[in-house]
Amino acid sequence: MCGIVGLLVKNQTMRDNIGELMLPMLIGMTERGPDSAGMAIFGTPVANDARKFSLYAGTDDFDWKQFEQAFEKSLNAQAKLEPKTNHAVLTTSHSPEKVKTWLKTHYPQLHLLSVGQLMDIYKDIGTPAQVADRYDFEKFKGTHLVGHTRMATESAVTPAHAHPFTAGEDWCLVHNGSLSNANSLRRKLQKEGIEFETDNDTEAACRFLQWRMREGDDLETALNHGFDELDGFYTLLMGTKNALALVRDPFGCKPAIIAEHDDYVAIASEFRSLAHLPDIKNAKVFEPSPKEMYVWTI
Amino acid sequence: MDNISFDLDKKPLREVNQLLHGDAAGLNGKSFTIENPNGAHSIAVGLKSDVHVTIKGHAGYYAAGMNQIAKVTIEGSAGSGVAENMMSGVVHVKGFASNAAGATANGGLLIIDGDAGLRCAIALKGADIVVGGSVGSFSAFMAQAGNFVILGDAGEGLGDSIYEAKIFVRGKVKSLGADCEVKTMDAESKKILTDLLAKSGHVDVKPESFTQYGSARTLYHFHVDNAGAY
Repeated sequence: MCGIVGLLVKNQTMRDNIGELMLPMLIGMTERGPDSAGMAIFGTPVANDARKFSLYAGTDDFDWKQFEQAFEKSLNAQAKLEPKTNHAVLTTSHSPEKVKTWLKTHYPQLHLLSVGQLMDIYKDIGTPAQVADRYDFEKFKGTHLVGHTRMATESAVTPAHAHPFTAGEDWCLVHNGSLSNANSLRRKLQKEGIEFETDNDTEAACRFLQWRMREGDDLETALNHGFDELDGFYTLLMGTKNALALVRDPFGCKPAIIAEHDDYVAIASEFRSLAHLPDIKNAKVFEPSPKEMYVWTI
Repeated sequence: MDNISFDLDKKPLREVNQLLHGDAAGLNGKSFTIENPNGAHSIAVGLKSDVHVTIKGHAGYYAAGMNQIAKVTIEGSAGSGVAENMMSGVVHVKGFASNAAGATANGGLLIIDGDAGLRCAIALKGADIVVGGSVGSFSAFMAQAGNFVILGDAGEGLGDSIYEAKIFVRGKVKSLGADCEVKTMDAESKKILTDLLAKSGHVDVKPESFTQYGSARTLYHFHVDNAGAY
């Protein structure tokens, strides 16, 4: 199974409450995905030359203070660190490539979840309510978000296997379904120099789109290639710096439902997750057609 | 007529369904309203007495599944498998229905005012289904008996491997499935269609505006020419 949720807030004043609006959506998908949960939140962009790095430590007793000191000392760079238990968002103007190399060398135990100017990613094992509570999802502010609740069917239950996955800066993807050709896709992409972190089928889909976009496709063309090459069942929800995008496989095997309202656009696997949104009675509620691309911009 | 209202925000669905499964003598003739359905699964499944249940909003998966005798009205949309394996009675969805609406339904009438998703009327076994909007791909796959009326369009592979069910489509059919073909509408079929249009609130719609589809019956018996395909 698995559940997906997405929320894009059009009403400026409601953007400060995006976390609060989203929380019942994510919790509503607990039965579809009780083993892990994750969230990508797109907030206020950092300065032009700065980047945010979402880092996952795995343990609650990781010494973030010492990490921050080591970072500033050895890279001679300014950094802002916002830790939340086993997770932290590092903001710095230092070159992303150099930061990545430094992290790999000095803190190989840290998992780099995302790099971007707007997007932070949080994901961990546990019920959606536990994960949301761990990282204060309720307090998130921002324009749009992409969330996932996981019921693993094809690979292990670990934080790294949880969604969202990223493919480039301020770009993420969540998936409900399963791909039958993930292994052959992975082998093909590895030959193209694309690096993988897990054996997860969603990561294969994510890297496929990353590869297509690296080859010059825009998102729509990349997804059209996806219809030809991704074999299996999928509803994919993607977040970019200014948009949410949704596709369902040509057989419509996996569900999705959309609510378009003057104040917001909300997407979920099932209506259960949309029922508690404000003024939902006046939203246009519909099911997306298979093999069609839906895009909403902020 | 007595009307009893349940609020699913306050009363667990299991208790509501158990109450609706009570002794028919005590339930017959009563009507029930279910408030705040909020997409919950399996609302009003397995009913077997002469009751009218109105669901005031969107229902989740399998709403009114296995229905017998009862009338169930869903004022919003319905999730996957609405009225699946219905035996008799009437299920009326005023919004749209998701995938596999009326799957394997044996009897009774399913009315969907909006569109229906993929695989509507899959393996239909004798029920009547009237869809006011369009239906998705692979609808009426292996439909064995019953009547399936579509006022809008049909997606790909309509009626693939169909047996003896009758399909009536007013709009366009994207493609027909294997062994499904256009039929000439005879007087008996026209009467069935006219009656179903009347029963489902489409009295003004002319039966002549529909094309009938059914089985070419070429898959009924093994053909030695096809031996290589197995």
